[in-house]
Amino acid sequence: MTTHAPRFWRCIPQRYSLIGTHCTSCNESFFPPRNICPNCRRGAQLEECKFKGTGTVITYTTIHNATEDFDRLTPYHLAIIELDEGPRITGQIVSAPDGVKIGMRVRPVFRILGKEGERGIIYYGTKFAPIEETCCD
Amino acid sequence: MASGIVSYGVYIPRFRIRLNEISRVWDNGEDISESLRVFEKSVPDVDEDSVTIAVEAARNALMRANLDPKRIGAIYAGSESHPYAVKPTGTIVGEAVCASSAFTAADFEFACKAGTAAIQACLGLVSSGLIDLGIAIGSDVSQGAPGDMLEYTAAAGGAAYVIGREDLAAEIEGFYSFTTDTPDFWRREGMPYPEHGGRFTGEPAYFKHVSSAARGLLKKLGTEPGDYDYAVFHQPNGKFPVRVAAKLGFSREQIEPGLVVPMIGNTYSGSCLIGLAATLDIARPGDRIFVTSFGSGAGSDAFSLRVKEGIDEIRCGAPTVRDYIGKAQYLDYAMYAKHKGKLRI
Ligand SMILES: [Zn+2]
Repeated sequence: MTTHAPRFWRCIPQRYSLIGTHCTSCNESFFPPRNICPNCRRGAQLEECKFKGTGTVITYTTIHNATEDFDRLTPYHLAIIELDEGPRITGQIVSAPDGVKIGMRVRPVFRILGKEGERGIIYYGTKFAPIEETCCD
Repeated sequence: MASGIVSYGVYIPRFRIRLNEISRVWDNGEDISESLRVFEKSVPDVDEDSVTIAVEAARNALMRANLDPKRIGAIYAGSESHPYAVKPTGTIVGEAVCASSAFTAADFEFACKAGTAAIQACLGLVSSGLIDLGIAIGSDVSQGAPGDMLEYTAAAGGAAYVIGREDLAAEIEGFYSFTTDTPDFWRREGMPYPEHGGRFTGEPAYFKHVSSAARGLLKKLGTEPGDYDYAVFHQPNGKFPVRVAAKLGFSREQIEPGLVVPMIGNTYSGSCLIGLAATLDIARPGDRIFVTSFGSGAGSDAFSLRVKEGIDEIRCGAPTVRDYIGKAQYLDYAMYAKHKGKLRI
């Protein structure tokens, strides 16, 4: 069988833990990680940064008909989320029994993103869920 | 130097199915829910497995006490439903909690008591000073064959315990294990569902092992059931832990806070660890807790805990067991089958 294990492996820090890039020269954060800062170019001072994963839903769509790999998930919500540190990313929203709303606050959750069939590797990574209150709040 | 629990975290998937809904499909004429004393059970989402549950529980445990993941020297993950036969769950957990790479890891398997075995292994490394912190996890997405009695209780959930020497939430005063070769429940390599010996799982398996480990520990420490504020026993259903507690001399009040099986089902490796977490959620400094796990095959690990001042510092740092139990979303049998992947579409 063919496997995308090497490609998946390279993306593990960003998929599991939202590791991106921060430029200390202009104080902007980037996700996915970058090798250059579009603002500072040669003057960039880049460092690794971990995004908290909390953010706000900017817009979303609900998928009812998916490709074979995602068929069991339907219907599911794909959203563009603005992370609190600034960057916008696309992610799936889970655990939202009352649906997704623009402006909804979300937090990161660890889920299966996909599998290479029955025999291949399992891709784990980050999805998002609505922030709910807990007893101590 | 005292060792014990520095922090803990749990995770229970939000989906539930009521046992009456399962018996509606597999009707055999009796009130199964009433006879098992289990009313609903947790069901994993379609993109959840033992690894994702282990990660969520471990992240909650680290967050609760605001611990630096770089201090972790060992990750032992216990489950009977590790998604990989070869490739340890602990490796994925370590990466997902941003541990350093300088930790040892191995997956544990001992039916429903793999998590308490993992706690014992961490305790050894921590008490001897070989590592700073260890994480022991019990998590499962258990499966019963459709229509089998196991299907009524096989649930999903997990708990993670950070074991260390400083800033203890609860000291582990001692443990006692009891292990024999008893084929009450098993799953052969490559088979999707476990097999079990029916009524054989009761007296010679659960009751014998839990009682022997519990009595062994009471004798070893010179304590009595009355010395404890709370007790937690493995919860394959709602009847066994109540019966074994009574047999050993523990009261209904002592086991009540940790008796979570009626609301979430049997979470296997998560079972008595989630029960302990629910007890720690309400425990006060100075309280003593008695815990006994059971794993088919068979064995039991009994622990004696003394709650420390640290518990008040970390109480509100992560969701409680009740938080998770309160977030229930109900499925009918058709949606449940889809969730569990029983229908290959
Ligand atoms: Zn810059």
